[in-house]
Amino acid sequence: MRNIWFIFKRELGGYFATPVAYVFLVIFLVLASVFTFYLGNFFERGQADLQAFFSFHPWLYLFLIPAIAMRLWSEERRSGTIELFLTLPITVGQAVVGKFLAAWAFVVLALALTFPIWITVNRLGDPDNGIVLASYVGSAMMSAGYLAIGSAISATTKSQVVAFVVSAAVCFVFTVAGTPIVLSFFSGWAPGALVDAVASFSFLTHFNAISRGVIDLRDVVYFVSLVAACLFVNAAIVELKKAG
Amino acid sequence: MIEIQGLKKYFGHIRAVDDVSFSVARGEVLGFLGPNGAGKSTTMKMATGFLAPTAGTARICGFDVQAEPVSAKRKMGYLPEGAPAYPDMTAAAFLDFIAAIRGFDGIARAKRVAAAVERTQLAGILDQSIDTLSKGFKRRVGLAQALLHDPDVLILDEPTDGLDPNQKHEVRNLIRSMAADKAIVISTHILEEVDAICTRAIIIAKGRVLADGTPEALEKRSRWHYAVSFVTDAAAIDALQAALGAHSGVGGFERIAGEDGLAMLTAFPRAGAPMLAELGAIARASGIRIDEIREERGRLDEVFRTITTASQAA
Repeated sequence: MRNIWFIFKRELGGYFATPVAYVFLVIFLVLASVFTFYLGNFFERGQADLQAFFSFHPWLYLFLIPAIAMRLWSEERRSGTIELFLTLPITVGQAVVGKFLAAWAFVVLALALTFPIWITVNRLGDPDNGIVLASYVGSAMMSAGYLAIGSAISATTKSQVVAFVVSAAVCFVFTVAGTPIVLSFFSGWAPGALVDAVASFSFLTHFNAISRGVIDLRDVVYFVSLVAACLFVNAAIVELKKAG
Repeated sequence: MIEIQGLKKYFGHIRAVDDVSFSVARGEVLGFLGPNGAGKSTTMKMATGFLAPTAGTARICGFDVQAEPVSAKRKMGYLPEGAPAYPDMTAAAFLDFIAAIRGFDGIARAKRVAAAVERTQLAGILDQSIDTLSKGFKRRVGLAQALLHDPDVLILDEPTDGLDPNQKHEVRNLIRSMAADKAIVISTHILEEVDAICTRAIIIAKGRVLADGTPEALEKRSRWHYAVSFVTDAAAIDALQAALGAHSGVGGFERIAGEDGLAMLTAFPRAGAPMLAELGAIARASGIRIDEIREERGRLDEVFRTITTASQAA
């Protein structure tokens, strides 16, 4: 735990040592608002809820989270600091978890900074704050899923660009797994059980379920196990790279 | 304290390291010599557990770096090639992070960092971010990081690369001052460094250990070892060579023309035996005016070249 904490602190500090953190925060907040008010027609809907705000989060995360995740391991490999990092008395598991938690804390911070929209909707009407809270929790869990995928992919390459593009593509597949874009690819030949299984991988399905205000154990289990699996793969990739 | 047994590393079909074995005891400073691409850094990466060997084992203070990596890594300090460090951190924050990971808290951490800073003379630049530092300072930050926890084993990949002569001198003094109670391995291709600080040297080329011994023992392999040089008039040099050639121990001669009508004649020994006194007597008896006589030392650079180029030809 101790080592995870120090790795976490160093990583999180690293975001704020450069303009990366501030650029990300500003762009995240601006885009979240733009999506809410222009694409989501926040005012025109005339409803005191944050559906217009949360429904765009998967699409926002789709390209912003790979941008956060891409540097997690690629940058260390490119600059050679990974050799220093992995010869410190830490386990690979601690390294993976510490880095992941730091990136997630940063994303959650960005998410938390959207609080003015929550104040706004409370001023304008009388929303169900339970649903809003559940949606925030769901959004945070979904971001963890994107991040874990991005982190594992970042471990495979020293090029941040490659990490970004591949992560965004994989995240896209996970996002839309429940839609015909992906399902039609399987439905022609695969057994129905597999098609259902693929559909159940969809971030959209699980996120929408949570943002209706019900934090179902199945959705929680889905995101938690997805993150755990990705981080496990991440650690395995780091170990595998040692073999050269 | 460091035991390397039959280390091999293949990258695809390329044999980067081929059956390297050696051990380093407390108090030894091992110089790891070799041309670029000889496998020095790869060996060090395997010794520190960053790379997994294709075959063989590396033990640090009894801990196998593959089986018990954390215990092994606790016992060692490592300066990787190029002294990588997080560029956006300040030197102070970076050393604090390393000390925290090394298990130091509170006052003990501050003391450790302060001691490492003093040893590597970093006091002036602690609040600068590492990417603004000069190459020499970066290297010293890397050194400070490696010796911060006063490890039993120090593995330093080219510790003086990029330093100016004064800094090199300081780093060598630092290594010498720590040598008594540690096992230290440094890789280098600067041969004077081996003479200056190493108690033992290993020459490696194409992934194989070609020589292992004290710097003096390696120097003895040089044809210059026990050679005797005479400085005399260029005109008299033929006569001198004829006189010295009568001695049975002399295996060959070399001449170098000098300034002011002087020249140098070097007599090489046939077998590695001293012959200064005898050749001196012959020269005096011959009546030729000699300006200077000296016994040559073995030349490490020549030994290095001979050994490593022979392996390349093979």
